[in-house]
Formats: sequence, C-alpha cells, structure tokens
Amino acid sequence: MSSPPIKPWHDMGGDIAGPIPTDDHDFALWEKRVDALLVLCAGKGIFTVDGLRRAIEDLPPDAFETMSYYERWISSVNRNLIEAGIYSPAELALRMEKISARGASYGEATG
Amino acid sequence: MSHDHHTPPRPDNDEPLTYWQTMEIAVRELLIEKGVTTPHEIATAIDQMDARSPADGARVIAHAWTDPDFKARLLADASAACREMGFDIGPMHLIALENRPGLHNIVVCTLCSCYPRYLIGPPPDWYKSRAYRSRTVREPRAVLAEFGVTLPQGTEIRVHDSTAEMRYIVLPERPTGTEGMDKVALAKLVTRDSMIGTGLPRQPG
Repeated sequence: MSSPPIKPWHDMGGDIAGPIPTDDHDFALWEKRVDALLVLCAGKGIFTVDGLRRAIEDLPPDAFETMSYYERWISSVNRNLIEAGIYSPAELALRMEKISARGASYGEATG
Repeated sequence: MSHDHHTPPRPDNDEPLTYWQTMEIAVRELLIEKGVTTPHEIATAIDQMDARSPADGARVIAHAWTDPDFKARLLADASAACREMGFDIGPMHLIALENRPGLHNIVVCTLCSCYPRYLIGPPPDWYKSRAYRSRTVREPRAVLAEFGVTLPQGTEIRVHDSTAEMRYIVLPERPTGTEGMDKVALAKLVTRDSMIGTGLPRQPG
C-alpha cells in the first residue's frame, strides 16, 4: 500500500474543520482596489484568473492563516505582473520605499 | 444619525500602513505610469463591482419563477439568460441548478473562492473560510444545519464545486403561497444564501 498523496494546502475539500464563521466585513478601499486591479489585468489579457490562483497556491502553507484574502491576492497580482514583464522587482521595491516615506497611514500614503 | 452630510473618516485609511497595502499602492501606481490602466478605469471597476448585488440575481430567479420559457433558457445557458436580462456578467460561465422537491443544490469552491460574483457581487467571508470550503463536500447536511436549513428526510443534496471558469447559481423552489405575486414582490423573497444553497427563499407575508 502506498501512502496517500500529500495535498497542497489550498485543496481543502473534505478536511475536518470547525464551525462556519458567521462574521462578515465590508471591503476596505485598498481591498476593492486589489479586486479592481485583478479584474482589469485579467480583462486586458495580461494574466488570467488561473494565473492569480496559481501564484496564491504557490504561497507557503501558512499563508491562509497569516495573510488576509486580499493580501494573498495582491501578492499574486504582483507576482503575475512581474512575470509578465510589466515592471521589475527593483521598480516595485523602489516604489514601495517611496510610498512608505509618504506617511504612516494608508490615507496619507495613497496620495 | 444622518448619513447625509457627515462622512466619518474611513477606519481602513487611518490605520497604520501595512506591507501589503503599500504593495497595492505601488502596483496601482506602476500600472498607471506604464499606461496599463488609468485611475478612471480603476474607479469604474470598483463602482461596477459595488453595484452588483444579490438583488440582481433575485431578479433573475423571480423571472424564472414566472416565465417557464425563460426558466428553460436559464437552465440551458445561464450566462446567456442573464445577459438577455441586461446583466453584464463579464467572462463568467454560469450554470443554474434547479432545486426540486427531494433535491437541494449547494455551491462551494473548495480550491479557492470562485463565486457568481459578476451577477450577485463578491462572496461573503464565510464562503471563503476554511470551514466552509472543507466541510461542505464532506458533511453538507451539518453545514446546512449551521445555516439553519433542515431539509425533509430523504432529500438528495448535490454539492457543486466551482472553478475559475465555471460558476453556479441555485434556482431555489418558488415558495408556496406566492401564486398571486408579481416578479418584483417575488424577487424580495430571494436571498443571497438561497442562490448559493445555504438558505431557502423567504416565506411570503
């Protein structure tokens, strides 16, 4: 008998789990923007929804607990855009540094 | 309290900037600078997603309850039927699942969070939770019970696992005692959860 294959973390169907959470939240502006960036990039054919999923599934197994839903999305959107050659990792790093210098809150940094 | 004149600061804009929020700003700015998109396009995409709500799906369901020909078209090709009603459902390939006496459908996405979002808006948090994704295919009756849904003994439950390309919407059974109601009144009975299968339509009255 061979042992069953090890499932990747995102393949949750059939796992034992606790009660369904009942709390919900309104989306924050930055979350809506992440959503919009995915919709626009997919619509323009820069990458696909499968590409979004692939880069999310490549995140480490604890990503589901340590990152929020749209945090996983922006991480994946970014990776797909770098792979598509839209900008370089160096450009991103430089820009993130500049943004952090603008202020301590999202409202200040988003300009 | 009036919401008309005073808009309190958005809490999400006041909290300390996180790494991932910084990345969102950076990605957005770079996409705009490279000419891939514009602030207007982004704002429009947000407005369009905000405008989608379960009320849109409810109109489709109520139409199907009152027009047998439309119902047949909905079950044959839900994407085309929704577009026929003027809904821009984007690239989504939509399949409608009919509940009948003795048959109840429920929708999940075990692998991520695929959902009929271009018709009824983005999914609630529970739809994306580990618990819902894991358990719905294993013990759908227990999951339904947590949503307060108990079905008659012997009812078959079909669980539909969505994919990026294929999204599902449940066509719930029209409640009894609604014979005289028009489409507008009927649509008010259709809840978000009744279109995902974790709920049943409201009873009239």
